[in-house]
Amino acid sequence: MVEHGDIRVVHCGGSKLNFRDPVITHDSRFLLCASGEAVKVFSTSTEECIHELRGHTGLVTGVLLRPSNHLQVYSSSLDGTVRLWDFTDGILIKTCVIGYPIYSFYASAKHENVIFIVTSMPSEKRAERFQLVAVHLPQSGDQLVEARELSAVLSGVNPNPAAIAFGRGGEFIASVNDLQLEVYFFKKQKSYRFFLKEDNKKGGWNTFTCVACHPKDDCIATGHEDGKIRLWRNFNHKKEYTYSTLHWHHSAVSSLCFTPEGTNLLSGGVESVLIQWRYKQESERDFLPRLGAAITHITVSPDGSLFCTSHSDNKITIIQSCVKVSAVIQGLVKGDSIRTDLMMDPRSKALVLNGKPGHLQFYSLQRDKLLYNLDIVQQEYIHESGLQQFEVVKAAFDASGLWLATVEERHQKAAELELNLKLWAFDEQTQSFVLNTTISAPHDAQITAMSFRQTADSQTTLLVSTSKDGHFKAWQLAAPAHTEDEGPSWLCDFVGAYHGLVPECCSFSADGSLLAVAFQEVVTVWSPATWELLTTLSQPPGAVSDLCFGRLSCSKYLLGTTASNLLCCWNLLTCSLEWSTSMDVRRLLVDPLSENMAAFCYQSGSTDLFVFKPSEPRPLFSRKAVCSGKVTQAVFAPREEMLESCEESSQWLNRSQLYFLTQQMDLMTFTTKAEEDRLLASSKQLVIDDSVAMTPFYLLLGKHRQQQQEHRDSDSSLWAERTALPQTSASIKELLQTPAHVLPSTSYLCSMFVQSLLISVSDAREEKAHAEEEMESEKEEEDSEEEMESSRSKPELVAAATESDAPALTKAQARELRRVRKLDHSWLAGLLDS
Amino acid sequence: MGEFKVHRVRFFDYMPSAIRTMAFNSQTERLAVARADGAVEIFNFNDNFFQEKVIPGQDGRAIEALCWVGHRLFSAGLNGEITEYDLENLRPQYTVDAYGGPIWTISSNSQGTQLAVGCEDGTVKIFAILEERIQFQRNLNRHKGRIISLCWHPSSAQIAAGMTDMITIYDAETGQATRRLLVDRAMGASKNKEVVVWSVGYLSDHTIISGDSAGKVQIWNGLTGTLVRTYLVTKWDVLSLIINASQDESSVIAGTSEGTVIQFQFISSTLDQHDKEWVRTRTFRNHSHDVSALAHTDTAVVSGGMDTQLVVRPLLDKVEKNTQESALRKIAFPHRSLVGCAKKAGLLLFQFPDRLELWKLGENFHYVHTGKPGDRLPVKRKPEKLIELKRKGEDHICCSALSACGGWLAYSTVSSVRLYRIQYNKTISINKVPKLPKELRSVHQLCFSSDSSKLFASSCQSSVIVVAVSQQECRYLHTLKHKTGEWKARMHLLCASDDGKWLATANTDCEIHIYNLHKMKLHCMVPVYNSCPTTIAIHPVTNNLISVHADQQIFEFSLVQKEYTQWSRRLQTQGLLSLWLERDTPITHITFNPKNPDHIILHDTYMFCIIDQSLPFPELNAVLWNQMTLKNLPVSQRIGQSHAFKICKIFQHLMCVSLLEDLSLVVVERPLLDIMSQLPAPVRQKKFAT
Repeated sequence: MVEHGDIRVVHCGGSKLNFRDPVITHDSRFLLCASGEAVKVFSTSTEECIHELRGHTGLVTGVLLRPSNHLQVYSSSLDGTVRLWDFTDGILIKTCVIGYPIYSFYASAKHENVIFIVTSMPSEKRAERFQLVAVHLPQSGDQLVEARELSAVLSGVNPNPAAIAFGRGGEFIASVNDLQLEVYFFKKQKSYRFFLKEDNKKGGWNTFTCVACHPKDDCIATGHEDGKIRLWRNFNHKKEYTYSTLHWHHSAVSSLCFTPEGTNLLSGGVESVLIQWRYKQESERDFLPRLGAAITHITVSPDGSLFCTSHSDNKITIIQSCVKVSAVIQGLVKGDSIRTDLMMDPRSKALVLNGKPGHLQFYSLQRDKLLYNLDIVQQEYIHESGLQQFEVVKAAFDASGLWLATVEERHQKAAELELNLKLWAFDEQTQSFVLNTTISAPHDAQITAMSFRQTADSQTTLLVSTSKDGHFKAWQLAAPAHTEDEGPSWLCDFVGAYHGLVPECCSFSADGSLLAVAFQEVVTVWSPATWELLTTLSQPPGAVSDLCFGRLSCSKYLLGTTASNLLCCWNLLTCSLEWSTSMDVRRLLVDPLSENMAAFCYQSGSTDLFVFKPSEPRPLFSRKAVCSGKVTQAVFAPREEMLESCEESSQWLNRSQLYFLTQQMDLMTFTTKAEEDRLLASSKQLVIDDSVAMTPFYLLLGKHRQQQQEHRDSDSSLWAERTALPQTSASIKELLQTPAHVLPSTSYLCSMFVQSLLISVSDAREEKAHAEEEMESEKEEEDSEEEMESSRSKPELVAAATESDAPALTKAQARELRRVRKLDHSWLAGLLDS
Repeated sequence: MGEFKVHRVRFFDYMPSAIRTMAFNSQTERLAVARADGAVEIFNFNDNFFQEKVIPGQDGRAIEALCWVGHRLFSAGLNGEITEYDLENLRPQYTVDAYGGPIWTISSNSQGTQLAVGCEDGTVKIFAILEERIQFQRNLNRHKGRIISLCWHPSSAQIAAGMTDMITIYDAETGQATRRLLVDRAMGASKNKEVVVWSVGYLSDHTIISGDSAGKVQIWNGLTGTLVRTYLVTKWDVLSLIINASQDESSVIAGTSEGTVIQFQFISSTLDQHDKEWVRTRTFRNHSHDVSALAHTDTAVVSGGMDTQLVVRPLLDKVEKNTQESALRKIAFPHRSLVGCAKKAGLLLFQFPDRLELWKLGENFHYVHTGKPGDRLPVKRKPEKLIELKRKGEDHICCSALSACGGWLAYSTVSSVRLYRIQYNKTISINKVPKLPKELRSVHQLCFSSDSSKLFASSCQSSVIVVAVSQQECRYLHTLKHKTGEWKARMHLLCASDDGKWLATANTDCEIHIYNLHKMKLHCMVPVYNSCPTTIAIHPVTNNLISVHADQQIFEFSLVQKEYTQWSRRLQTQGLLSLWLERDTPITHITFNPKNPDHIILHDTYMFCIIDQSLPFPELNAVLWNQMTLKNLPVSQRIGQSHAFKICKIFQHLMCVSLLEDLSLVVVERPLLDIMSQLPAPVRQKKFAT
């Protein structure tokens, strides 16, 4: 085994944005949300991720603004710590070790320096029980403190953060669990419990799903499994409590939120409609429909101007005053399952996989941002659980990225399988894929694999699909039969079968001259040109589950994995088995840019990775326990620029990068140390200007603007008094912006200040600059003299050209004028005389 | 349990009448319910919601409003008359014409001294309530437009009147209108339609609450005349609105055309503070049609409407949870038997308000049937309607009787009794018996003796008139009275023994008297139980009196020994099953099995039960096993499980269960769905996913 100390498996983004409810800062400029092991700070106006607050070693389970300081934020994590951050600068201020995994946490302004966390209760029973614990945060200046003052408040609570809410001014806390609402009054130290029946006769499910408390009144809103919202009042009585019921949702209410003034109640659920109920006028409600996916969390900015909804497709929508979606922060869409393989779009170099239901998503790996969703199914998605709808199950790109083939299927219990094969052509004008051909029911049974012939010339593109009906079909782009206005469309070219066996996978060789189709134990090799069966290879027992041709120097090899845990390598020249090894390969990949192949093997609960060349006996790289669980989806992504790595073990990462999806749908990759160092260096950022959020776009724009500014400064040197010196302006700025209590005494500053206002220094500078300019202009004059000669016949045209030039040319004009004045006009006088 | 051939009768197309209005008397805990056909029913909320009294309706009497004044009940209707009822003899006592056109509403002040009625011509008329009568006092200032609703301020100084497009507040002393509150019309297309204030309430803090035809419940400040809050509760009308005036006025309920009842409560928005406000809280959805009548008792919301059912919905914050009190009750059928059964002849008599129907039961082929229990037998002869007898006059039929042989038929209205002789030769002939004794004029209950020779009629003054009927003549025999000269409650149940010796009577004061018919005098009186008997019967063999009461208790009284039998005492000491006690409909009929004298067959709306007196009583909380599961048990276990109560719930919505002489069981069902299907279509509502 080779040691690979410098190659790390890293989480490369695409983590959940919708895991916990986001937080909007007091000035509504930033949105903070828990994302994996970090807290991401987004700009609410530009949707851009400004920075990540990293430090937790476990999943972040909550983000809360510090009630006593709105520029600081708490975050809690499963690693048992609560951290306090300055989110504007991204600085970790304090770490408080609690020592128990924190599932959710709460704070209120009334309870200063106390936070309430939900941890699991020590219990013998299998079922985990949770309790709400008040933690007193120690007040010491240390970076790392340990909280010891814990006191249990409620037991048997729901770990879901939506299930607990603070009431009016933190006077009481309301917790729902299953069929029970518990209200605990801090002052009286007394709790009231209210129970609901499990279900009523009409089939409603009364289970509580979420709770919210009115900020001003004593009113608790609870959401229920059957879509009802109950508004509880008078809950400080055992019996005389009362509630009213609001019902719009048809499925469970997943989130409830009151606006800060308490005038409106917001609710959302699987219907993906945001509903705004008027408090005390509940018959009047506003809807914001078509938000795209089921709503999981709703939050409102502290000033009530922005609503923010998290969605099940890993998206955060920012809504202005309940009418306008102003921004969408979209992460990697993670459905219930990724049915397609991971793919790279050859054109945009984007990762392509299942996105929203019925869509393919194009995800930029470099920027960790969703580029766009391509609607494959082109049908209205019905937001209802338990409904069988069309799903995209297979997709394939051809080598040039000109064609995309997709397979969608719907399998209803009673009805037949519905299958559609769609072929999409890339349209240069719209820069997106356009549907070219729809083949309904291309096969009688499910399609098991699909592959394009990877040839350079796009004219003779060939697609092969294999199906459980025992056939494989070749599809070819055919010219239109009779009409001129229609473009070419795809037709079936060949149907192949082999002894009635079911084909499981297919693969084209790199040059496109061979097609290998695996029919259970038998691998058949065909010539796509003549559709002739060239040879069969087999290695019983066990059906072949994955096939790959070698590349470049190894193109004579064909590799296959079998169900009996064998990895076989056939030599196509000799048509014999070159070697085979016993390993449970779940996914076999070939790097399109090198000979390397990667095999993910599943062994005793975790996945191992082997990178090897088919021609060499020793693996290039191997790593045990890359992640827990099985890896079934992975892809080699070509790098934009080749990495220069000299170490042997990391050379396989030079040309392309390997990405894979874990069972938890986390996107992981491998990086080398050198790469990480480079990244770290580039991510050093400057302080943020207070008017605009710090984004790459802003940096770019800002630099440009700065240049312009300087340019203009130098231009307008004629008005010297207007120009302020760069360093003095900075010092004034600093003076005015630094808090007064950290500044030195005024008398000390005064002289500096006055000094900075003096103009004399600037004059000297200006003269120097002027001198330089003069010199430059002299040179220019020489150039333009020649030009003048050639264009003397049409001087007005030149003038027009100079006028239309950049503003920097105004002084050039002046110079021109000067020169024109100097010119000899005698010839003109002579002309006039004659 | 025994096996029976069952006649499953579903051709009794009884149709209850829609509930128009209701009034609750919180002193006596009586609820008066007026139906669309003019009948008034009185329910006793102290006695398990038993329907004590039914005042039969009359053609042309449409009651719009009811009002209790102490123990007196007044009604007003669109015929323009105010009626006071004689609650003992169950008839209108007198009527007074208000001379203001149709009357929409009637309301009494809190002292019970004055009645205000709202008339079509826009006047509010004040009547003084005197003993035995009412007298017109004066008109309040007349306004254009009709007065739809009225409510007195608890101090009796002001009256709020709901009209079209406005609410007017009158000073009750001067009769001047002091304030007008203009009610907004509905938005949108119905902007031009005037809004009708269907209902108005006046609280002691001068808050006025109104419900109108635009679907709004509005809360007004009556002192300043300003609108405090509007709740849009329905797209249709808010038809009724009532305040729990007997309590602290902290709850208001409103009934809508959609069949919902919405509660508003006066609660503080922040806990432990006293700035209270009205908040819409609960919604009850128990009706399919208009909720036109509401009552707010201390512990429950009572609602009724077009769908003819009376729904008692307890407020869970006022009653103990998971008790009998906290159960929802729906009263769909009258608490008395409308079906007569001639056991010997196999005839059924159905009583409708306007007619009687006599049916002959069908027959099956007489061969030994070897099917499973529950199989259908092929019918040889279909059931057949023999006679449909329309009543004479305006008054509705209040009671009827059919003799066991089927030869005699009698019915009574408030004003008259008619007796018919029916002969079954080749054809059926029905002849009215011409000269009835003049004592038979106004009766509450009719009953034939088992040999059909005598007719018993419970008359006023708590007496029973015995009339001998024969082919030749109809002769008055005797008047049975238990105490002369003393004014007593009316008899509502009569029962003669099979041997013709005994007659048992029960009255609404819960007394049961036994008369010896041979001696024509009072034999004894059964000890008074504090719940009203819902049915009584005399056992044909042992001559024991079985009585079932509104609180579901069963007693057996030996007529010979004049004491409760051993069985009854054992039953009382052990107590009845909780399952039995929690039923919410009363037992309305008892029959006996002539083959097995231990069997008593009784039924309510949802089940019939055979009580086997030879078997031990079940444990108090025992689970009653299904007969089918019992059958699958081994014999030894089955005997261990056997107990006195054998309940059958195969047949639902029972109007009558009776055992004929040929030991076949007649089961008269009236499925609620059939009743629902005959109702007019409800207001159209958008239902989700339709």
